[in-house]
This record gives sequence, C-alpha cells and structure tokens, in this order.
Amino acid sequence: MTDTPPPPPTPPVATAATTPEAPATGNSEYSIDIRGLNKWYGSFHVLKDINLQVSKGERIVICGPSGSGKSTMIRCINRLEEHQEGTIIVDGVELTNDVKNIDTVRREVGMVFQHFNLFPHLTVLENCTLAPIWVRKTPKKEAIATAMQYLERVRIPEQANKYPGQLSGGQQQRVAIARSLCMNPRIMLFDEPTSALDPEMISEVLDTMIDLAETGMTMLCVTHEMGFAKQVADRVIFMDYGEIVEQAPPEEFFNNPKHDRTQLFLSQILAH
Amino acid sequence: MNELLTHTRLPDRAPPVSEVGIVHWAKKHLFGSVSNTIMTLVSLYILYLLIPPLVNWALLKANISGTDRSVCDANAAGACWTFIKVRFNQIMFGLFYGSHPDQIWRPVLAFFMLVGLLTPLFIEKFPFKGMLGGFILLVYPFIAFALIHGAWLGLPVAETREWGGFLLTFVLSSIGIVAALPLGILLALGRRSELPVIRSFSIFYIELWRGTPLITVLFMASVLLPLFFPAGVEFDKVLRALIGITMFQSAYTAEAIRGGLQAIPKGQFEAADALGLSYWKKMIFIVLPQALKISIPGIVNTFIELFKDTSLVSIIGLLDLLNMAQTASQSIEWKGYDTEAYIFAAFIFWIFCYGISRYSQNLEAKLDRGHRN
Ligand SMILES: Nc1ncnc2c1ncn2[C@@H]1O[C@H](COP(=O)(O)OP(=O)(O)OP(=O)(O)O)[C@@H](O)[C@H]1O
Ligand SMILES: [Mg+2]
Repeated sequence: MTDTPPPPPTPPVATAATTPEAPATGNSEYSIDIRGLNKWYGSFHVLKDINLQVSKGERIVICGPSGSGKSTMIRCINRLEEHQEGTIIVDGVELTNDVKNIDTVRREVGMVFQHFNLFPHLTVLENCTLAPIWVRKTPKKEAIATAMQYLERVRIPEQANKYPGQLSGGQQQRVAIARSLCMNPRIMLFDEPTSALDPEMISEVLDTMIDLAETGMTMLCVTHEMGFAKQVADRVIFMDYGEIVEQAPPEEFFNNPKHDRTQLFLSQILAH
Repeated sequence: MNELLTHTRLPDRAPPVSEVGIVHWAKKHLFGSVSNTIMTLVSLYILYLLIPPLVNWALLKANISGTDRSVCDANAAGACWTFIKVRFNQIMFGLFYGSHPDQIWRPVLAFFMLVGLLTPLFIEKFPFKGMLGGFILLVYPFIAFALIHGAWLGLPVAETREWGGFLLTFVLSSIGIVAALPLGILLALGRRSELPVIRSFSIFYIELWRGTPLITVLFMASVLLPLFFPAGVEFDKVLRALIGITMFQSAYTAEAIRGGLQAIPKGQFEAADALGLSYWKKMIFIVLPQALKISIPGIVNTFIELFKDTSLVSIIGLLDLLNMAQTASQSIEWKGYDTEAYIFAAFIFWIFCYGISRYSQNLEAKLDRGHRN
C-alpha cells in the first residue's frame, strides 16, 4: 500500500505538551510511552503523530532514510529536543518544561552518539566518573570502582588513564557506552553508534551492544546494522518523513515488509 | 595453488645532504632569488648603520659609575645609566620607597612570596594545586597589602597614592586581570544565555566598555565614583583605577572567552545534558575548561595590552613605571636624561610582556599535548 505524507498542520501556538486523549502523568507500565508526539522546526513538521510504547527490557531498532526524523525522535526522549504536541512519559515521569522532571529522566536515560562526544580534556576514567560523582553524588572511590567495572565490560580497562584523543574510534565509542552505563540508566538510547567508525571497528562496538542487550536493558537503537537488528531486536521500526511507517519483529520486518516504502528502503540498504 | 607473497618493507633513509644544514638554510631563505638576495643585503646594510652606534652609546661608552650627573655630563657620548642606578628604587617602587630605601624589602618580599607561591602551580604533579590557588587568590592579596602598605603591621605607612613605578603597574594589571576573569566568564556565558534579559544586559555591558577608550574609563572612574560616596569620604585613587580597569578589562576578557565558547562542538553540550549535568556543572566541568584553553592566547593578548595601558593612570595622577621614569628624568638633578628613562621603562615592559607571551605559548603547547591525539 502507498500513502502520501499528510499535509503538515501549522505548529500550535502554545507549547503545552499535553493532548486531551493522553493521560497527563501516569504509572505507565511502559518504560517509554509516547503518544500523539508532534514536533516542528520553525514551520517544518519533523515528527508527525508518533505513538510508541516500549516495554521494560524491550530492544528496539529504528531505521529509515536520512532526514526521516529518527535522531529527532530519540532525542525527544531525553529532552535534547523539545516537542510541541503530545506526551512523552519515561519511566512514569512526563517530560514537560519542568526542569526537575527533565533531570530525573536524564539520570535514568543514557545516550550514545554517532560522534562519541567524549570529553577530550578528561581521561577515560574521568569521563566515566564525572556524572556519577556530580549528578548521582556517588562517593569518588565507589564511582571509580564502578567505572573500572564497566570499562572491563567493554573490554578496555587498560585505557582508563588515557585521553580520548589517544584512542581509536571503536575504543572511544566503547568508552562512551561505559560512560553512560556508569550512571546506571534503565534505558539506553543509541543514535547511529557505528556509522562514524571504520569497518574493522564496527563489530567491536556491536559486540558490546549485544552484551548489553543480554543484560535486559531497555534499548532504542537508531542503526542501519541489519545484522544487529536481526540478532537482538524485539521490534524494528521504520520511519519516513517524520512518521512511523511500519513496525514489526525482525523476521517479519525483513522477510515480509508490508509497505512499499519499507521494501524500497530495505532493498537499498541490503543492495550494497 | 599460489603461494602467498610476503612484502618486505623498505628501510628509512636519511635525506640528501644538500637538504639539511645552515648553508642550505641560508641559500634557501636568504639568497633564494634575486629579490630575496637584494633584500638580505639591504637589511644587512641597515643593521650595519644602526647597530654599532647604538652599542657604542648604550654599552661601550656608557656611564654607570658615580652617584650624580657630573660623570655623565663629562662624557656625553655615552648613555647615563648612573641616573637609572641612582633612581632605580623610585622608578621601580614609587615615591615612598624611593625615599625609604630601608623599606624596599617589603615589596620585594611580597613579590618573591608570590613567585614562590606560584611556582608549585607549574609543577605538573603537585597535589595541592586547588588549595594553593585558593590561598593565592584569597589570602595572599591581604598579606601583600599588609606588607606594601604597612599600617596593619605597624610599619612605616606607604599610602597608596605614593605607590608608583613598576610596583603600581604590576598591582594594577595583575589585580585587574584576576578580577576581570570571573566577570568576563559570567559575561561571556551571559552573552550566550537563552534568557533575553541576561543576554541583553551582557551585550550592553560588553559593548559599552569595548566602545570606550581606557583613558575615558579611568577618567570617569576618578570623577564619577566619588559621587556615589558621601562628600568628604576620601575614595582611594588606586582603588578607583582598579575598579575602572576591572570593568574595562572584563569586557575584553568576555569577548576572548566567547570566541572559545563558540569553538566548543554542540556534541559536548549534548553529552553533558544527556548525562544529567546541570547548567553550571556542565559549564564548570565540561565547557569552560575547554573554552578557556582555546581563549588563552586572546586573554593573554588583552592582558599584555592592559599591562602597557596602565600608563594611562597618569590621567588621574598616579605614576606607573613609564610616568615614574619620566618624572625622575625631569627632576632638577637629572634633567636632560629622559632618553635613558624611556629606554629603561621600555626594557622593563618588554621583558615582562615577552615573558608572559612565551609562557602562554608553553601553556598552550602543554595543554594541547594532553588532550589532542
Ligand atoms: N535544529 C534543526 N533545525 C532545523 N531542522 C532540523 C534541525 N535538526 C534536524 N532538522 C531537520 O529535521 C529532519 C530530521 O532530522 P533528523 O536528524 O532527525 O533525521 P535522521 O532521521 O536522524 O537522519 P540521519 O539518518 O541523516 O541522521 C531533517 O530534514 C533535518 O534537516
Ligand atoms: Mg540522525
């Protein structure tokens, strides 16, 4: 089936993040509960009526063409981007302009970026202990112990006292994952964690992510690594023009896509 | 089946001899082309015309002996360093210390104390840097004031209006830069704030001071500040100058730091946000350390400018290094030796500014080594 993107409605005047059909706050059983989410950049309608419920421990892979709004959507979940309509409830906390709620959510949600975004003036260990010490108020000794434990889990404990600039891309990205994990998040967001990496480093990062998936972490990954999607995803989401076009478990998604746009996209990325 | 080939790497060789050495360098850089050769020869000729007479006057035929002008007057072909020697204390420390040579140990002690306190900060592995830095910023100024002023310690009092020379230049510029740094940081952050009131205020403040010459600022500080105090309250001149200088300097510091802030990639802010760091923690731990490092050359430049510009305090009747040297050369005993006075002042200024500039280059290189690949 084919559907044309609906004409973009104009952005609402008020920035209140509530819609009548969704509960204002709630003891949602979902880890992430997004309802009626709309977002505009100026007059550009970047996210359209997004509804997405993620259960605890669920692993979701998001794919779609460039500019389809994948990054924007997951960045709304930890409020790196503001939304104008709809509700986003993360672990029972609704994201509004309330700074306290935003802080609460950010403490529980880790994020890994395409370009790592490690702090270049701090050592690997300091990168990993800064937020636990200053946000979670963990005693320094304990924070270091935790950090070393996670650095071991991503298999680079020997790099702890180096600066990020001295590491390879794959090592940097694993540090970035460890840095997020040190905050003990309940949810991890990944925005194309392997697309800035040289081919021979992609698998070391994916392996780390697979390990993490096996611990039962709730994960949302924007990635075009379809092998990863097949191996760990509970659900694959396809976005195009700011909409969620299709979502399905990986076998169904890859073997039996329902939308022509999904099919086209899959044929393009599997072609090379 | 083919056997696998093993590639043997070629060894490195040294470059050909004609590519290295002084002769090669001179050939390439001084006599590389016809115009290059002409310029080299002309420059050498100009140096030949200038240097020998200068060396003759300043060194070979110079006077340094004696304690009054008779020696110099007898040998007019050479510079009169006798004058600098006799008036050294006055030019370096001002009128009070110029006439109380037995008290010179006070500013000298204060100065060496500062050097002694600062030195450990430059030792990479020194463990108590934070504490020491706090001591220097919060406690040392009072010790220095007590020593140089004297009243708190029951020493002969050197009123601030009798401070002068290099001492005054140093006090004004170093307190000016230290006080302007936090203000400058706040203004630079304010200029990028999302809150319109704070942003407008910062822009207004920065542009106000940047658009005003320091000499005007000093003049206004001298004339306007006393208006805010009840009549009869004598408002310290040095303090007036310091307030003016700090206001002025903070605007320039803010602009230097803003440049650094703009160079920080958006991803750094986002990573800090995503980890849940609050605005101030994000700025203090992530953004400012990187931005200040980038701003070092700019901040040092403004500092060097300030250091030299302190001469403008003569507008409110304070005598810094340059003005003190000039004043000394205009005294009846030494009338006519102002060239020596200016050269000496310029020399001291130069040593200091060159030192700062070299140090900042070192600092940049050191900070770079740690963090970049
Ligand atoms: N700050 C912004 N201002 C205006 N438009 C923006 C902004 N950020 C993103 N956009 C636009 O919004 C659209 C969605 O961007 P987004 O980054 O979410 O896409 P994406 O699906 O992540 O694409 P990619 O695969 O290239 O990362 C794009 O058309 C982009 O140009
Ligand atoms: Mg993206």
